[in-house]
Amino acid sequence: MPDMDQSSQIATCIPRLRRYARALVNDRTAADDLVQDTLERAWTRIQQFRAGTDLRAWMFSIMHNVHLNQVRSRRDAVSFDEEVHGIPQRATQSDALEMRDMDRAMQALPVEQREVLLLVALEDLSYEEVAKTLGIPLGTVMSRLSRARERVRSLMNGIPVTQRLVVVK
Amino acid sequence: MNERLPIIEADLQAYVDECLPEARRADIEAYLAARPEDAARIEAYRRQNAELRKLYDPVLDEPVPQRIADAAQQPAAQRWHRLPVFRIAAAVAWIGLGTLLGWNLRDSPAAPEQTALRPPALQTVAFVHGAALAHATFVPEKRHPVEVTADQEAHLVQWLSNRLGKALHVPALTEQGYALVGGRLLPNEGGPAAQFMYEDPRGGRLTLYLKTSVKGSDTAFRFAEDNGVGVFYWVDGEFGYALSGTLDKTRLLEIAKAVYGKVNH
Repeated sequence: MPDMDQSSQIATCIPRLRRYARALVNDRTAADDLVQDTLERAWTRIQQFRAGTDLRAWMFSIMHNVHLNQVRSRRDAVSFDEEVHGIPQRATQSDALEMRDMDRAMQALPVEQREVLLLVALEDLSYEEVAKTLGIPLGTVMSRLSRARERVRSLMNGIPVTQRLVVVK
Repeated sequence: MNERLPIIEADLQAYVDECLPEARRADIEAYLAARPEDAARIEAYRRQNAELRKLYDPVLDEPVPQRIADAAQQPAAQRWHRLPVFRIAAAVAWIGLGTLLGWNLRDSPAAPEQTALRPPALQTVAFVHGAALAHATFVPEKRHPVEVTADQEAHLVQWLSNRLGKALHVPALTEQGYALVGGRLLPNEGGPAAQFMYEDPRGGRLTLYLKTSVKGSDTAFRFAEDNGVGVFYWVDGEFGYALSGTLDKTRLLEIAKAVYGKVNH
């Protein structure tokens, strides 16, 4: 019975979508919101899914779009004051120490680098699949991947890096 | 001799992700052996991969919130006018069961003589669900299907026996056409579980999931399915066993019987 019904097929993607979302946004509730939004969006576009292609990669590309929209609308909502605080600054040694944890390092990556690193390292997608999922050329996948890894390495080694300060409320 | 291509950054990245052909991998290893700084950098990248998995893999085993399980279901508005009748019936039945992935537990018509006619205990449901979920999660893995590979079988068995608290036995399924790929440790309700993965020469995979102190003392084979994935499960002494695969049911039952025979010798 190869024809598993679509709801069940989509349900089998949930654990991986949640793992990826958690790493992408690093907040349990926000990550699950992202998964839920992704599933709902997937159902509105289910006719665009071509049977026989990789459902999981398709779901990741939907999550990518949903997340991108969320990030964009958040950016639009940033007030002037927050922008001022967000000016890049040289990090101090103690900032670098705090960045030693992997999850912190991940969150310090620009989102487009984080996505590529996670799809490759965590989700086992091939470089070609990542390019297709994110709608970017293969060369861009490779350059983002190597920048992401090098940046994480610097952060984990406690090498001071220039970073944006995050406003914590 | 193969033509030697220059080594570029993309090769080093592919080396980190273990997706290079054998011959090319040897080239990279020779290249790195002569460049300790690059070698240290690449080693750090490999560690990143491992750490990412360590950090986020536990999310795979977290219970799925109801709102997400619900969102995976086709919205009712789409269901009624787009789906063939049998699918509507399946979807409604699925919701009615209220199970996470629709693991539709029922007795097996394939083996009526061995089938107990009472509904499975709740703990058994969690066990079978754990087996099916682990199957669906790890069978598609290309690079990391198992934690410990079959070439370290003795270590694998020792480790999992220690963690489960009982000596376990991994049945060889070579007569059935399946080779052991390896195994992993997984959490399940009330304690850890072990998963062994087997593969046939064409890449078809089966998983055997086992756990101690599963409630019930019967040794009947029971069958559960989620359309595509079938699970035969039984309780035998101190272990509960679940064999999952996408084979036809008769064949899966044959293999389940073989497993049963082998673990009892």
